[in-house]
Amino acid sequence: MGLTNEHVQQRLQEKFGETLTDFQEPYGFLTFTAPKELNLKVLHFLYDDAELRFQFLTDLTAVHYPDRTGEELAVVYHVHNLVDNIRLRFKVFINIETPDVFTATNLYASANWMERETYDFYGVNFVGHPDLRRILNVDEMDYFPMRKEYPLEDETRIDKDDEMFGRGGHYDYGNTTDEATGSTVPESEQQKDTYPV
Amino acid sequence: MSLPELHKNHVRLPDGSIEKTTTTLNLGPTHPATHGVFQNILELDGERIVSAEQTVGYIHRAFEKIAERRPLYQITPLTDRLNYCSSPINNMGWHLTCEKLLGVKTPKRVDYLRIIIMELARISDHLICNSVIGVDTGAFTGFLYVMQQRELIYEIYEEVCGSRLTTNIGRIGGFERNFNDIAFRKLEQFLEEYPKVLKEFENLFKRNRIFMERTIGAGPISADRALNYGFTGPNLRAAGVDYDVRVHAPYSSYEDFEFNIPVGKTGDSYDRFLVRNDEMWESLKIIRAAYQKVQEFKGAEAEVFHADVPEYYLPQKKDVYTKMEALIYHFKIIMGEIDMPAGEVYHAVEGGNGELGFYLISDGGRAPFRLHFRRPCFIYYQAYSELTKGAMLSDAIIVMSSLNLIAGEMDG
Amino acid sequence: MARPVRFNIKEKELESPASYMGEGFSATKLEEVIGLARKNSIWPLPFATSCCGIEFMATMGSHYDLSRFGSERLGFSPRQCDLLMVMGTIAKKMAPVLKQVYLQMAEPRWVMAVGACACSGGIFDSYSVLQGIDQVIPVDVYVPGCPPRPEAIIDGVMRIQDLVGKEELRRRGSDRYKELMISYGIQ
Repeated sequence: MGLTNEHVQQRLQEKFGETLTDFQEPYGFLTFTAPKELNLKVLHFLYDDAELRFQFLTDLTAVHYPDRTGEELAVVYHVHNLVDNIRLRFKVFINIETPDVFTATNLYASANWMERETYDFYGVNFVGHPDLRRILNVDEMDYFPMRKEYPLEDETRIDKDDEMFGRGGHYDYGNTTDEATGSTVPESEQQKDTYPV
Repeated sequence: MSLPELHKNHVRLPDGSIEKTTTTLNLGPTHPATHGVFQNILELDGERIVSAEQTVGYIHRAFEKIAERRPLYQITPLTDRLNYCSSPINNMGWHLTCEKLLGVKTPKRVDYLRIIIMELARISDHLICNSVIGVDTGAFTGFLYVMQQRELIYEIYEEVCGSRLTTNIGRIGGFERNFNDIAFRKLEQFLEEYPKVLKEFENLFKRNRIFMERTIGAGPISADRALNYGFTGPNLRAAGVDYDVRVHAPYSSYEDFEFNIPVGKTGDSYDRFLVRNDEMWESLKIIRAAYQKVQEFKGAEAEVFHADVPEYYLPQKKDVYTKMEALIYHFKIIMGEIDMPAGEVYHAVEGGNGELGFYLISDGGRAPFRLHFRRPCFIYYQAYSELTKGAMLSDAIIVMSSLNLIAGEMDG
Repeated sequence: MARPVRFNIKEKELESPASYMGEGFSATKLEEVIGLARKNSIWPLPFATSCCGIEFMATMGSHYDLSRFGSERLGFSPRQCDLLMVMGTIAKKMAPVLKQVYLQMAEPRWVMAVGACACSGGIFDSYSVLQGIDQVIPVDVYVPGCPPRPEAIIDGVMRIQDLVGKEELRRRGSDRYKELMISYGIQ
């Protein structure tokens, strides 16, 4: 009798009750949501339990959902039971104003850099992490680039013309107002007095 | 003059002014032995390493952010540049992820052709890693010999997709064109020439006393620590754990093939070398079996090279000019206006370095809402400081090259 | 006792530079001689960061052999090399390192940008990638491609050889060169 998704779900619900929500199985992969205070307890339970034995952390990452106010950032853990060959994913939603989650580095050594990367990209503060600083981006960067509000390109570059790339540009050709002068006519089409006759 | 008299003229520094007893050595991002850009700041006590601190990110190209802008088929060139020594594996992994999301089942012939290409890529990756371990111990000859065989592999890729290194090979659902006779002939030539070259290469290193003394005991790791650090791939198998994604979660019809998983004992550099070497022999076995199976398809079945995915697979030009649906799909694909089904999927393939995972969240738009690459190099490089504690400086170099660290995959 | 040679038997006459020939001597400009000597013995520094570095390894291999052009000895120390070949993406984190390596090279030095990422940022128009190394160091030859074929890299080396062979002796001290260096912030 192998370990099945239903059995794992049953054990989790026995242990944690109603605090774990939203059990789904997209493409056969058991997924659920846990509250942020319990993330370490869930990981420990999955690790220490003699039957469940999820002792391999495959992945740790975050997702930014700008539309879910109050729960914008989701930290996603993928764990794997190598012996019974079953995988599990669970998400922990946190507020973007106070993105604090407990760190998993004491349990899994691989979580060290994965949490640093998540901090670097999304600003998730892992409480108790031995060395939480930027890993992939330059140290002087003062924003968290993977959040949805920041653009992909470097805004300060001068050699690429955003108009040609189909983005940027100031005018929508008649539909917007120039903030400085209050006119609705693009600058190139304005009649200037200095224009030679 | 006696010694005390000599010392009378030496400058005496006040006691306690030199606190540091270790030397800091920057094995910087540009270094001949670091094959890729990552930095190690080592604290040395003489020749022994006391501690090592790693800095990565010198080639961070923001793949995950770029991917949030592009439709699925435009992300394939990005995946090429992850582990660029074996880029077809990355491409196939991405296509398999997309096919999982879209619910596409590929025909058997496509699966077998994919296996041939992926195993060729695995051979190509392991050849670089093993020959570079040789170069770092001072044995340059092996490297030059096997580069010649990699040229053969490149020629096979060129016949199928047109490019050598960053291949962008295959499409969602199959391949862009059928493998022609020239490709199969080159494959046969490879299958004939390569075993002799590999045997010669193996003989240069396997029982070579200098090589063995340099690599045995360099950077050992136990199976428990390796699992805790998230090791996968040849590095984990060298530590004794036989976890291979091709066997645990078979994709692309790997379950039809019989192959062994070579496993080491101590997890040191010699075991990693041997595991990769044996994996190359296993890959050769798989390619032979797959090629035989491909040749068994006859007639109309031998012309099948892609599944039917009209929304993502560009239709043939002759259909575009004559049929209406093909014209519409051609337009929509090129203009990038196809919407994906919503959902989240995680798919992993066995890359050259281990479990390469793709975590794709789609909200029903044309580009992914979030795409995350589970990059094996990034995860196991953390263990480097533990692997080199107490080792000598030259061992640190060997450990770095035997871990097969590819900077493109590490930073992504 | 020589084996019968089958390949590469067509001999190519190399032109000697314009010179005044006499019996046992030929007099030509110093620039020409120095250029000739320099261009056939370039010591490259492969600054290989990513995929283009693997294509460079293939170029150094026996199939495409870069050492035919005199570049047999690759140096990894900037103090000893003439040609800085930047191959691969340069991220903003790496740019100061690249500039420091360039500054450590002694004159005369040439720079070759191999690959689309080194030329202009390549396919990575993102916040972390430097859009071309000519934002930090002056570049002599650009080799486009992603990755460029080994033949293209060799073509780039041949263009560098043209530049090296025809360079004026006084170029590195001239005002125009000094302005170029100042525009990059290099004294």
